[in-house]
Amino acid sequence: MMREVKVKQITDAVSRLCMEANFDIPADIMDAVSKAYREEASPQGRDVLKQIIDNDEIAHNERVPMCQDTGLAVFFVELGQDVHITGGLLNDAINDGVRKGYKEGYLRKSTCNPFTRKNVGDNTPSVIHVEVVAGDRIKITMAAKGGGSENMSRVMMLKPSDGLEGIKKYIIDRVGESGSNPCPPVIVGVGIGGTFERSALIAKKSLLRPLDVPNPDPELDKLERELLTSINKLGIGPMGLGGRTTALGVHVIVEPCHIASLPLAVNIQCHSARHKETTL
Amino acid sequence: MAEVLRIKTPLTDAVVSSLKSGNSVLITGVMYTGRDAAHKRMIDALNRGEKLPFDIQGQIIYYVGPSPAKPDRPIGSAGPTTSYRMDAYAPTLIKLGLKGMIGKGWRAKEVIDACMKYKAIYFGATGGAGALIARSIRKADVIAYDDLGPEAVRKIEVVDFPAIVINDAYGNDLYVKGVEEYKQSEEAHT
Repeated sequence: MMREVKVKQITDAVSRLCMEANFDIPADIMDAVSKAYREEASPQGRDVLKQIIDNDEIAHNERVPMCQDTGLAVFFVELGQDVHITGGLLNDAINDGVRKGYKEGYLRKSTCNPFTRKNVGDNTPSVIHVEVVAGDRIKITMAAKGGGSENMSRVMMLKPSDGLEGIKKYIIDRVGESGSNPCPPVIVGVGIGGTFERSALIAKKSLLRPLDVPNPDPELDKLERELLTSINKLGIGPMGLGGRTTALGVHVIVEPCHIASLPLAVNIQCHSARHKETTL
Repeated sequence: MAEVLRIKTPLTDAVVSSLKSGNSVLITGVMYTGRDAAHKRMIDALNRGEKLPFDIQGQIIYYVGPSPAKPDRPIGSAGPTTSYRMDAYAPTLIKLGLKGMIGKGWRAKEVIDACMKYKAIYFGATGGAGALIARSIRKADVIAYDDLGPEAVRKIEVVDFPAIVINDAYGNDLYVKGVEEYKQSEEAHT
């Protein structure tokens, strides 16, 4: 039995998600920044963390975006295979929701032509990843991805002989070389395995996991904690002014890869880690 | 909170010379906004022998592309964007009299050298604090390149705009010094 979902429901939900994601910092991020503020050794680092806390409270209370870079709108859609979308196409419905949400929420439109750099004007097209799953619901997760931290992200096709040590070194070096650019404290999303494009996708997806939820795999949980400790020894600190809080978390997703390959993607996320989900 | 210095724009050589890497400042006065596309246009204009859209002597350019202003507000959220993308253009503007830049993230050697040679300051502001920083911006008017939308050049009036001196006119770099101070070896225990 197919369950019907009208495109208007999707558009309205997406519009709301775009605004709420940009106004309301997720509770796990606020908790992690507050904890860092209490524990940070650097006085200037503490000043920055206080500014971030105050800023995110203003954004929430006044319904304004916490960061002027309200991002490209990235969507992860889990589409139940017993859902029938009526009245139009899924992608059109999502893009209509982005147009509406970015206009009504006074959010910045940041999509442009790569050559002429001319602004498209309505923040579309959004980036939409659809996965068909069991059931008759649609789960839509919206992530507002800013340019500053995205620019510091990389995909690296390592050699299998580089092994785990090569993986760790690349991740730590990437955060180190990014320095102050991606608005630390950052969250480091890591995708290991898959193919060239798959590694990037799972790295981005890993950023959706709340900071207070450990990796379900004990070995990966250990790896994440080890990487976080090493990264926080780099000394970069809040906004790169020096300090102990360079990253709030490291999230790793691993998938099998080709016998010839060792794909590694590092997707850096700034402290404005904005995402919001809803189920229709 | 570290000790804070209050400074006014336009910046004089005396003020620039007095500022040291690591100083926290509150800036009051007029500044101009500009980021990627506006910088390209300004440099293209200079290359054609045309004038810049504003008198750059002693001025500060704030690297920002604000979000749209809600009704009754002068500006939307307005935090700094990453500065290295303006490195190709900044030395030319510094040579012409630009005295300050506000952004986030490290600068190229050419920019740091120009700050020393012509006396200019690179300030850092807190990235991702756009809602907070907007409170210090009292007025904003687009004065050039309106078609660039968020990237248009705006003349803004600020009161107590919070920033920190990253690169001073003596070659000091807070990003280098700060990291050196807090870096720990892999063996160290916290």
